Amino acid sequence: MKAVITVIGKDNVGILSKVSGICAECHANVIEVTQSVLQDMFAMIMLADISQLEGDFSALVDKMNVLGESLGLSIHTMHEDIFNSMHKI
Amino acid sequence: MLNKYDILETIRMIQDECLDIRTITMGISLLDCIDPDIDKACAKVYEKITSKAEKLVETGQKIEKEYGIPIINKRIAVTPVAMLASACKGESPVKFALALQKCADTCGVNFIGGYSALVQKGFSAGDIELIKSIPEALAVTDNICSSVNIGSTRTGINMDAVKLMGEIVKESALKTADKNCIGPAKLVVFCNAPEDNPFMAGAFHGVGEPDCVINVGVSGPGVVRSALVKYPDASIDEIANIIKKTAFKITRMGQLVGSRASEMLGVPFGIVDLSLAPTPAVGDSVAHILEAIGLECCGTHGTTAALALLNDAVKKGGVMASSHIGGLSGAFIPVSEDAGMIDAAINGTLKLEKLEAMTAVCSVGLDMIAVPGDITPSTISAIIADEAAIGMVNNKTTAVRIIPAIGKKEGDILEFGGLLGSGPVMPINNKSSEQFIRRGGRIPAPMHSIKN
Repeated sequence: MKAVITVIGKDNVGILSKVSGICAECHANVIEVTQSVLQDMFAMIMLADISQLEGDFSALVDKMNVLGESLGLSIHTMHEDIFNSMHKI
Repeated sequence: MLNKYDILETIRMIQDECLDIRTITMGISLLDCIDPDIDKACAKVYEKITSKAEKLVETGQKIEKEYGIPIINKRIAVTPVAMLASACKGESPVKFALALQKCADTCGVNFIGGYSALVQKGFSAGDIELIKSIPEALAVTDNICSSVNIGSTRTGINMDAVKLMGEIVKESALKTADKNCIGPAKLVVFCNAPEDNPFMAGAFHGVGEPDCVINVGVSGPGVVRSALVKYPDASIDEIANIIKKTAFKITRMGQLVGSRASEMLGVPFGIVDLSLAPTPAVGDSVAHILEAIGLECCGTHGTTAALALLNDAVKKGGVMASSHIGGLSGAFIPVSEDAGMIDAAINGTLKLEKLEAMTAVCSVGLDMIAVPGDITPSTISAIIADEAAIGMVNNKTTAVRIIPAIGKKEGDILEFGGLLGSGPVMPINNKSSEQFIRRGGRIPAPMHSIKN
């Protein structure tokens, strides 16, 4: 079971560290990160293993949403199943 | 392996193109709640619905978070209440409506559908009483929806019921005149009503259905439109393919959400209704898809053909994406709920006659159309009969949900607010159909109903 975390917004110091910090707090193991900064726009897709997650998946979503709001970033935390079912037969 | 473009496409669909799950609807059979004592029956109904659907809203919210996809409505459909009312002689079926309203309040659902009667071939005990109580039931409740099936391909059209429904629609508007005539917006008159439709106002739980079931309605007109505008010069074959691919993706999401909900609630998964259901929100319009296909304005010549193409491609794309397809499945054309249709009706391009033609090739019928408040019941009945004839002959579901705008005339606007939107009052033909409707009786089933 994996979660897909996408972060889009204005680049700033420490975004990756804060997002992965929450993952660590919730025991979500980051397994892949792709990240790019175009001019001053930051875009990241992170894949995290959530099979050992501590607490609810929705708790992780809530924490990410709070972080997104405080940093003015758009953060989406979604279960990988939605992408698998939409894009794979 | 997940592809980053796929991930970004999904997020764009949800965030910018209004992709959502329109409804998770729990179907609940009330056959075991039948009791000659109406108060006992109502108590059983309350007990059954609130225990089955206790976690419906909460589960919907959990799934929303898990997949990051909005689930707009959580609803309940029940066995046609006329079947319960038939056991309670001399009692007003409105008591059932009030009991259902109490259930809706307790469970926190948006709507409960099933204040319904199936009278396509004739009235059985309880049917007439229920139909006559519809205007009051819709006036004293907020979240209850009603539907009446008055015809089918197999049985023909019950013209006595058609006559009665014209009167009921008008009376319902009069009874709710102080609430923007909201009554008839919650009332659908069907021909060939599906028994597993998750969409309101026509949802009810058919007698052939299991005790409890989860049906899901997907939506996504905005996604289809955005996909099409990228290809202004594509041929019609390519357009059909683009729609199919998009419908496939949308339906897969419905399938995923439905199976997850069914697993979490411990209730069997019924069907995905792969409909394009518009909302008044910008970017969520079926009319705008037709315009993206190449029409200057929805309602002009070519609209029926473009809609036929859209409706067929949606089904073809969706059918492989889900294990079971059902309900209405196709493109909806509710005028007041679709920003593009509202504009087309206001500027006079979209007329009632064109809408009627469109209903021959899309999934539903004349939906959410405001008509002048002085319309006669027999004219409403005649509109219902026309629609039912299209459904009966073409082996498809058709429905009529028109709203007599009491005190308003052609060109005025009737405001409902929320998902129901706002309806420009559309002109109707003012010649009488009185004698035709007064005759009563039954239109015989068409030749092709004899299939065995």
